[in-house]
Amino acid sequence: MSARALILVLALAGAGCASTPSDARDPLEGVNRAVFAFNDKTDEMVLRPAARLYRNVTPSGLRDGVRNFFNNLDDLYIGANNLLQGKVEQAMSDLMRIAVNTTLGFFGVIDWASDMGLEKHNEDFGQTLARWGVGDGVYLVLPLLGPSTLRDTAALPVDWEGDPVYWHTPVDERNALTVMRTVARRADLLGASRTLEEAALDRYVFLREAYLQQRRSQIHDGRPPRERPPAD
Amino acid sequence: MKRMLACAALALAAGAAQAQTTPPDELVKQVMLDIQRIIVEDKDLQSGDRAKTIRLIEDKALPYFNYVGMTALAVGVHWRKATAEQKKRLAEEFRTLLVRTYASSLSAFGDQKFEFRPLRMKPEDTDVTVQVRVLQPGSQPVIVEYDMERTSRGWKVYDVRVAGISLVVNYRTEFGNLVRDKGIDGLIGALATKNKSLAAAEPKK
Repeated sequence: MSARALILVLALAGAGCASTPSDARDPLEGVNRAVFAFNDKTDEMVLRPAARLYRNVTPSGLRDGVRNFFNNLDDLYIGANNLLQGKVEQAMSDLMRIAVNTTLGFFGVIDWASDMGLEKHNEDFGQTLARWGVGDGVYLVLPLLGPSTLRDTAALPVDWEGDPVYWHTPVDERNALTVMRTVARRADLLGASRTLEEAALDRYVFLREAYLQQRRSQIHDGRPPRERPPAD
Repeated sequence: MKRMLACAALALAAGAAQAQTTPPDELVKQVMLDIQRIIVEDKDLQSGDRAKTIRLIEDKALPYFNYVGMTALAVGVHWRKATAEQKKRLAEEFRTLLVRTYASSLSAFGDQKFEFRPLRMKPEDTDVTVQVRVLQPGSQPVIVEYDMERTSRGWKVYDVRVAGISLVVNYRTEFGNLVRDKGIDGLIGALATKNKSLAAAEPKK
């Protein structure tokens, strides 16, 4: 089944649950909740066990190396997005990171650049569009990929083009790298997903709020404008 | 004798005043390092003894949180409509939930390293954000931010942001939905049920 057909099936399934949309940012809540349930099940059956296994059988030093390696591959695209957002200084710093980590850091396995004070940035084309003035659009939960917004979903194809793993050949190597990166990144989130489990009254709402907040923070490079002062 | 008592009272008051003026960044550093030291020295806490962890948080961290203020912020516009009794129960249940959630992440505290970012504040500031970078071997570094306000009893935390996600803002929508559907008592009930299910899921030790 193609991804598009899957989305359609899930959309139809979701349309059946006529829950009252409670949030203006999330008019497709019914569909989104159905996809969320599907993703949750997939995570529980496949991804979470794989991530646990990975965490349990590898020493933390190895996991640091794997994470650093994939992070290094991202830095060129991150730098490009910084440039597109007019943040030349950050883009230069990203280039420096690649130069340092690819050479001294054995193809990115050791992140010397962070130790030298060249901080890792987080950028993608969705954030670039946001900087250019594009609003979030409606909240979406994508099959397998999880929380997103209309803007971030529209930006995804560009992100894929900018991902060195995505255009790596041969294809079986690309697939192996993709699986490894996915499992490694999920392992980093094991603690967070347990917290979600424990802290949330409604996990769907909790995750949506967390995603929207985190994106807002990323778009403003960790310094979003303050929302409201404390009350007594 | 009377004078001696007066002196003792004065000394106590001076001590309290000193505690009040601990700058917010210094306070966060002291509390985090203190808790970490206790965990490093205690096998039960490292192995995740939940009851003991909860006691540790209540003794060492909670005094520096304005959890009633946090509850008010999380409940948002509905807070004004709540009776005094409802406010009390909301704050109690929210406090319990926060302590339990915090407790589950605390056993990892022992291996973590903290980078305390210097805080640039003016003496007249009453509302600041203290940043801590948390490094853990085998994981991505995380920025934790404490929003703090100056009160008559020293600096108190009124919100915590982890990787840009504010605890208070995150709960606000959930709480708002529950109040709209089931009223304030419905929210209190939902929190109480959640806390009971978390307590039941805890490994007995």
